[in-house]
Amino acid sequence: MSDILALAPRFGSNSGQSLTRRDGVAKVTGTATFAADNHPDGLLYAVYVPATIARGTVTHLDVAAAKAHPGVVEVITPENRPPLAGDPDSKPFMFAFRFEALQNNTVRYANQPIALVLAETFEAATEGARLLNPLYDAQQPRMGLDGDAPFTPESGGLGLPGTTVHGDIDAGHAASAQDIDVTYETPEQYHNAMETHAVVAQWNGDHVTLDIPSQAIVMQRGAFGYYFGIPPENVTIRSPYLGGGFGSKAIINGPQILAILAARMTGRPVKLMLSRDQMFGPSGHRGATRQRLRIGIDTDHRMTVLDHNSLATTSTFDTFVESAANASQGLYAAGALRSAHQGVRIDAGTPGPVRAPGEAPGSAALECAMDEMAYKAGIDPLEFRLKNYAETEPGTGKPYSSKALRDCYAQGAARFGWAGRPLAPRQMTDENGMLVGWGMGTALFAAPMFAAQARAVLRPDGTGLVETAASDMGQGAWTALAQIAADSLGLPMDRIEFRSGTSDLPDAGIAGGSAHTATAGGALHAAGTDAIRRLAELATGDPDSPLYGAGNAGVIARDGRLHARDDDTRSESFADIITRAGGAEVEGKGSASRTAEASAAHAMYSHGAVFAEVKVDPDLFQIRVTRLVGAFAAGRIINPKLTESQLMGGMIWGISFALHEEARFDQRTGRIMNADLAGYHIPVNADVSGLEVITVHEDDPHVNPLGIKGVGEIGITGTVGAIGNAIWHATGTRVRHFPIRIPDLLTGA
Amino acid sequence: MSYTISLTVNGDRRDVTFEDARVTLLDLLRERLALPGTKKGCDRGQCGACTVLVDGRRINSCLTLAVTLDGADVTTIEGLARGDVLHPVQASFVEHDGFQCGYCTPGQIMSAVGLIAEGDVGTDPERIREGMSGNLCRCAAYHGITEAVLDAARRMTDDKTRKSA
Repeated sequence: MSDILALAPRFGSNSGQSLTRRDGVAKVTGTATFAADNHPDGLLYAVYVPATIARGTVTHLDVAAAKAHPGVVEVITPENRPPLAGDPDSKPFMFAFRFEALQNNTVRYANQPIALVLAETFEAATEGARLLNPLYDAQQPRMGLDGDAPFTPESGGLGLPGTTVHGDIDAGHAASAQDIDVTYETPEQYHNAMETHAVVAQWNGDHVTLDIPSQAIVMQRGAFGYYFGIPPENVTIRSPYLGGGFGSKAIINGPQILAILAARMTGRPVKLMLSRDQMFGPSGHRGATRQRLRIGIDTDHRMTVLDHNSLATTSTFDTFVESAANASQGLYAAGALRSAHQGVRIDAGTPGPVRAPGEAPGSAALECAMDEMAYKAGIDPLEFRLKNYAETEPGTGKPYSSKALRDCYAQGAARFGWAGRPLAPRQMTDENGMLVGWGMGTALFAAPMFAAQARAVLRPDGTGLVETAASDMGQGAWTALAQIAADSLGLPMDRIEFRSGTSDLPDAGIAGGSAHTATAGGALHAAGTDAIRRLAELATGDPDSPLYGAGNAGVIARDGRLHARDDDTRSESFADIITRAGGAEVEGKGSASRTAEASAAHAMYSHGAVFAEVKVDPDLFQIRVTRLVGAFAAGRIINPKLTESQLMGGMIWGISFALHEEARFDQRTGRIMNADLAGYHIPVNADVSGLEVITVHEDDPHVNPLGIKGVGEIGITGTVGAIGNAIWHATGTRVRHFPIRIPDLLTGA
Repeated sequence: MSYTISLTVNGDRRDVTFEDARVTLLDLLRERLALPGTKKGCDRGQCGACTVLVDGRRINSCLTLAVTLDGADVTTIEGLARGDVLHPVQASFVEHDGFQCGYCTPGQIMSAVGLIAEGDVGTDPERIREGMSGNLCRCAAYHGITEAVLDAARRMTDDKTRKSA
């Protein structure tokens, strides 16, 4: 931790305060501008035509009919689509996936774009798209986890999880006194951010301006430049607000490229906004998984083996295998540990990162399997987890940078009232005769960092400017990052200007991996510290300053003034220092990332414990989550209010995973049967009550200089298992697939 | 063929002409009247992001054809605050963190204003949750939303009581 923060931890400290969102007023008054809210003059509307088969070729499009519709300006098909500089089927950089931009007539999955219609109005474009009436040569699609022979992906990189083994798996099985061998399945899930993918593209010569929600603003600038054959600096991305991202808005997709191409082709600005059903196709999803877990324990209930194998769906033309089995790395102290992955190629779009990629389905299966093992062993599920508490990272033996999981278990259990829970299922009812069940699960999410840069400027009037191209998709970057930046400059919040959300600013890295606050915040902190260091040089080297001779290490920044550390009466305002030095702005630069040495030295995770109560109707088997208590330790909390919201949102995603979400594919046609928000269920307000979040204190001196881990994704993990286990505890029926629905309990399947 | 309707939007009465009977109120607001605060989340009445008040009632503007609204009084998120003074529901959403990304928020707030005006839910959280369940929030800020509506409903009831006293 820096001198500045260490020596003035609370005075004037913005971090740690539950400030309301700085973008709050804009968001409640409708003035926050999302991508599709932009409306440049001369705008054309684009609507893409989605394939209604999952495998085959397009043989005919009635272009004449579409073009004849009043208002239709252009129809783009593979016949007339202008060339791209970058091949959509290449994978030129990390986070690049193959996509469809009308490079040929092939259909690789349902809902991929097969044409783009441009019109003067949205209504005309929509009708034009309908009039294209595609004809196909369709083939039988390969669907589901048994749709093709499994393959083992090569490991290394995004969506390529490979196999990890620690210890002797066979010996671990042989040494077990009791064991279980269970298989869990999870379905395809789609991000369904409330804001569908949208872009407004405007070309000016060979420069393009894109209003587009982006989870990786500077990285995507280079990526878009690659596909259009222009340098990154010729791409301006404006992404001040994202209407949710959840992983889908870090990766470039075909419809975006087509809209940008259409703008260049027509010489007019183009707006494309995907319809809700089009969100079920070209913009990624979570693949289905089938996970086999074998756990063995000795007579003392210690795990001799944890053997987690996952099969996941991916596409026929690219590979992203959900890293579900990796959820078993890093958590329980099993004698032998294996995480193995296989993929199966089906005729669906390529999966991608969805909030808590790997960990969400992996944790769901693992935490339920742990519950099954505990019940078989005849011990309390929390006690079983404590029995197998990992003091160092299992397998690697690395120390944790910090791990307050015991506190999470204790505080969560106390708050929930876990003590006295009967071990056997179907023991509790409420006053209305509802079956009551309690379940728990451990939450775990890695605390990675990407790389970020930032700039901080102290102005002659004593105010500060800080900037980095961060993405706020709801996690609160506009607020939390500004809190960090203000502290780094020793200024109150209202005396800094925070610029963010556009590509002409320093690279803030990717808003993903629950790492954005740590990474971008780390860079802002470093930049502010650098600016203060330069300011201190000016003051301490100036005989006219009361701080003259105090030395660099002897000065701290506080509330817009530098103070001598050993004599608080010696101080001078930023404005006076800068003005006397000639009035030039003082600029600091900073960056943040994690070194290989730091990664090698410690295992770094956020931890948590989730406790669930469900009530199940004994006759109708309706399921209600009536209480959900999550206790999480995630290092330093910058803004408790926003953190609580993030964690609750994650826990509700857990409810959704456990009880609601599932894309259902028609096995004959390969089309998704519930590609809308009426059929693809996510929780509504009435599904959510009795939610409580506890943030457990945790100091982490190793994870990064600010001690920040992440909170964006961990809420899902633990929660799904806790709910599944509670349903079993209420009913005695162990359901080994998600979502758990009424028929599962009726049939006892 | 073009259509002209007389519409009051956020207190301003105006004649609105458009060329297409297929135009929804949502697209009229967003693409023709420069009021993009109202959001499109599904365009088929399943998510509530496009909720506005028409003659005081909350409706899905994506399911309402503009041509049917001759003479109607429409209130959108842009028309709720009085200058810099937020409507109690807006203020309450900020205070209780009733949103994250903010995309469904205009619809949530208009729905909450409509719900409170309907007068059926009082300050019963369970009924508020039910009454707000036509408005999806994928960030899942439901806890804050419920708290915000509850708080605003209380404040507005208190205000009314004070005024009538």
